[in-house]
Amino acid sequence: MLNAGRLMRDGTMENLPSSDQHPASGSYDVLIIGAGMSGLAAGIRLAYYDQRVCILERHWTIGGLNSFYRLRGRDYDVGLHAITNITPKGAKRGPLARLLRQLRLTWDELAISPQIGSEIAFPGVRLRFSNELDLLRSEIHRAFPDQRDNFERLVEAVIQYDDLDETHAAQSARLRLSELITEPLLVEMLLCPLMFYGSAREQDMDWGQVSIMFRSIFMEGLGRPHAGVRLILKQLVRKFRSLGGELRLRSGVERLHVDQGRVVGVTLESGETLEARRVLSSAGWLETMRLCDDGQAVPAQRPPGRLSFCETIATLDVEPKRLGYDRTITFFNDWERFDWRESQAPCDARSGVVCSPNNFDYDSPLDKDGAGVVRITALANHDYWRSLDDDAYRLEKLRWYDRIATSAVRFIPDYRGRVVDADMFTPKTIVRFTGHENGAIYGAPDKQLDGRTHLDNLFICGTDQGFVGIIGAITSGISMANMHCLK
Amino acid sequence: MTRDQIREEVLDILSDIAPDEDLSSLKDDQSFREQLELDSMDFLDIVMELRKRHRIQIPEDDYMNLRSMDSTVSYLEPLMKDIQKV
Repeated sequence: MLNAGRLMRDGTMENLPSSDQHPASGSYDVLIIGAGMSGLAAGIRLAYYDQRVCILERHWTIGGLNSFYRLRGRDYDVGLHAITNITPKGAKRGPLARLLRQLRLTWDELAISPQIGSEIAFPGVRLRFSNELDLLRSEIHRAFPDQRDNFERLVEAVIQYDDLDETHAAQSARLRLSELITEPLLVEMLLCPLMFYGSAREQDMDWGQVSIMFRSIFMEGLGRPHAGVRLILKQLVRKFRSLGGELRLRSGVERLHVDQGRVVGVTLESGETLEARRVLSSAGWLETMRLCDDGQAVPAQRPPGRLSFCETIATLDVEPKRLGYDRTITFFNDWERFDWRESQAPCDARSGVVCSPNNFDYDSPLDKDGAGVVRITALANHDYWRSLDDDAYRLEKLRWYDRIATSAVRFIPDYRGRVVDADMFTPKTIVRFTGHENGAIYGAPDKQLDGRTHLDNLFICGTDQGFVGIIGAITSGISMANMHCLK
Repeated sequence: MTRDQIREEVLDILSDIAPDEDLSSLKDDQSFREQLELDSMDFLDIVMELRKRHRIQIPEDDYMNLRSMDSTVSYLEPLMKDIQKV
């Protein structure tokens, strides 16, 4: 059933023009490296304020980690399971409302439908949650009655956490959570979704990051546009271009030429050289340092992340809910401790994230013919997947597709007999589309929060600057553009 | 521009920044921050819009003058008195 005969997305992408109609001549105010969420958001901010800005994308399509493709007549999303921080239309507070204001987008332009409901499944215990915190609250009362008050203390601590006061930001989340919650299993169950959706650090997280993620997932909530990630990307590109921004695909950056502490020129893989007053890079910290021709001793400064994913994507001939699976997302883990670290095996199938894009509260069904999709993400070992030759890679994809699915159906209804098409991505795919060292899904464990580099006019945005996920990436692009290129 | 015209211009900027917002009940003597939940990013936008539309440069130290409608209009009045309303 699984056709792993070719690498993902080969020749199956929707066509985007390879460059805009504007000729690239003269000098730019800002060159942005990477047309992912953060680069596009930064581009919109700068173009809106009349800067001459060009986004350089190495690939033939936009999106980076969050992208989409068409394979054998079907649309697929990569990256996005759900958007976090979903607040209702009209809400003034929170990251979603803020980024809509900053990008001059209306709530309706993203048309996000809320999740139906998700769950955390550990051996013998299940906690359901939705975009109303009360559901998780009542589930914890039911499953862990003696943690009732402790959970309220946790919620209070998370609300009290101030993003701008970094006093406790770097504190160990495991330590802080264990002070608040005295049942270790509940600590693990709460950490599981937070780590899967945004921890670049192995085994632990920063308390600051936990607070932000807890609010984004459990208190604000999850949602998805009917048309998936392509809608968000297309809205961002439409906005960017309508403001006069230039987007160049297949325009990988080969070198950043450095002279006297500044980037003085940007040479593309094609050999063309561009000039700009500033460069904003979403390529990753290490990856950006490597582009500089002043010989930065990069790996010593900041070790790259090690956490990477495989994801299986199965198309079914039936909607998952008809098989009894109505959850938006299931985070599963098959023992009482959640082991968040680089997988020793090719994939770590002990835990995973099941997501069905069908199971959001849309106005109309996702697929008019009643087809369903089940995606399962699991930790994976980058070096293993990169070491395989083409034939072994294909075989291993088949083998691990089966193992991941076999592990997941211990927690969700068995959908395997209804699969009509399937695909899978590995750390190798992530490297290909993001350029991130090790296929590190959330980048380096240590972030460069102010976005500054050793050069006066080179800044970074995106995964290695700060927060992750779609909302995090967009916020990163906006704030770095504001801080370094507008003020 | 007169004070009223400046006020209208600021309202227009605010409606641009927050398209989903109902600004008809905005109280001029109360802070934007409290009424509209504006944060530092939004204040930057007010400054940037004024620069974009009227080439007015506001130094970062003066941002605090943009607290409420009243204080904003008073601050902008001398800067915008020679600007013609279009």
